[in-house]
Amino acid sequence: MKIAGFLLLLSGWILVAAALMLLPSLPARTAFVLAALAVEILGLVLVARAHLPAKAEPHAH
Amino acid sequence: MHISEALFNASNQAICLLFILLIPLAGAGLALISTGLNRSHSAAHAMLSSIVIGTVAMLTYFVIGFAFEGIAGQPAHAFSIAGKNWDWLGAGSLFFAAVGLDGRPASLAVIFGLFTVPIASMIPAASLGERWRLGASCASTTLFAAWTYPLFAHWVWGGGWLAQMGAQFGLADFMDSGGSGCIHATGGLTALALAWIIGPRRGRFTADGIPTAMPGHNAVVVLFGCVLAFIGFLGLNSAGAILFATRTPAQTVLVGVNTALAAAAAALTALATTRIRFGRPDASLTANGWVAGLVAISAGCAFVKPAEAVLIGMVAGALVIFAIELLELRMKIDDPTGAIAVHAGGGIWGVLAVGIFARVSSVEASSQFLAQSVGIASLLGLILPLTYGMNRLLNRFVRQRVTAESERQGTDLFELGAGAYPEFVTHREDWMRH
Repeated sequence: MKIAGFLLLLSGWILVAAALMLLPSLPARTAFVLAALAVEILGLVLVARAHLPAKAEPHAH
Repeated sequence: MHISEALFNASNQAICLLFILLIPLAGAGLALISTGLNRSHSAAHAMLSSIVIGTVAMLTYFVIGFAFEGIAGQPAHAFSIAGKNWDWLGAGSLFFAAVGLDGRPASLAVIFGLFTVPIASMIPAASLGERWRLGASCASTTLFAAWTYPLFAHWVWGGGWLAQMGAQFGLADFMDSGGSGCIHATGGLTALALAWIIGPRRGRFTADGIPTAMPGHNAVVVLFGCVLAFIGFLGLNSAGAILFATRTPAQTVLVGVNTALAAAAAALTALATTRIRFGRPDASLTANGWVAGLVAISAGCAFVKPAEAVLIGMVAGALVIFAIELLELRMKIDDPTGAIAVHAGGGIWGVLAVGIFARVSSVEASSQFLAQSVGIASLLGLILPLTYGMNRLLNRFVRQRVTAESERQGTDLFELGAGAYPEFVTHREDWMRH
């Protein structure tokens, strides 16, 4: 999950770079960049979840 | 962003240098805040870490960091894709060799960088209080000051691709004259990466993941740190506006007004938010709000109106409270000083706020918003994975976390051999045995 999260972070930036190079109009670029930011936030959530400490097993009485 | 030679006569150089000489007070303030928000058994270690990290950062920047950051218009490493020039990295000389330290704008950029890199480097130390080994913090700082900070600073202040978005992509140039992104977001994201790698202090979360309180030991020191930081940020934002936003010294009146208003609005908002949520105003969270306001206004202090600065500060002050709760309660991140929320959260908000509020006459507002969004995407998509990867690798060779015994005794005794307050600290466990 951690690696997937970091890959999403990088993918988000690649989307940004692609939008800057390939799309001519401002609205299309803006839409792509905002979508890329959403991808990055998803990646951030995955990385954060991967770093959550494991909960302790309930004690058997 | 570029450094305008035309602006600089002798008096402008002197005023800019005076502003730059105030910047270390921001570092001193942040070090005091960090120290006060740690527990007393690690207070000396926290202060010493800040100072040592600052010295390592400055020396690393002198040796190699500035060469990678570079100056706009000077040689740089660039490549071309689809007809677009991507200026990635400065190609300056090591040891400040090719820069005459004579008061010209380039030399002012050198000393500006030399004083700002310690501030950025201290941010992770604030987040990792009571559990980050001194030696490991020096090693990590070397990586940060040699690579992470100069890389993003080159993109923005050194004439890199973010500074050239107007020329290369037909957008507005990314704007961050005071360093919300360059200084604070890079430092804050590095703190986040290290907090993930090193983990929380022992006992910070119960087995069920519920956080336990580990309050700082000196609120007075924290609040005094806020005052010092304010003076430092006035210098930082004013010097940045002159160097990177082509403002004259006379125009820094607006910078000073905006900086003060944003900090005041942020502190009051944080105070009111804690009063409403917890029933009483919280000193440490109010201090965090104050610094978050300073951080958030840095990027746009030369571009926004005073009323907009108040709004930026209010959002920063509220944002920092909720961000601290999110990090602690949901993400289980142990950040004794709230530095990740203040610097990464406040810094990213500050960068975005430029896109929302700043008006540059020659630039369409939506174009500026897009440019700032690209900058934020670069911070999250490139800088965070880069700094995480480097520190993860470093952790394999240099153990970053102190031992369990060191955490129990406090890093003052274990790493330094003496406590900050030897006459006042009682060792409860030892005392209870007798």
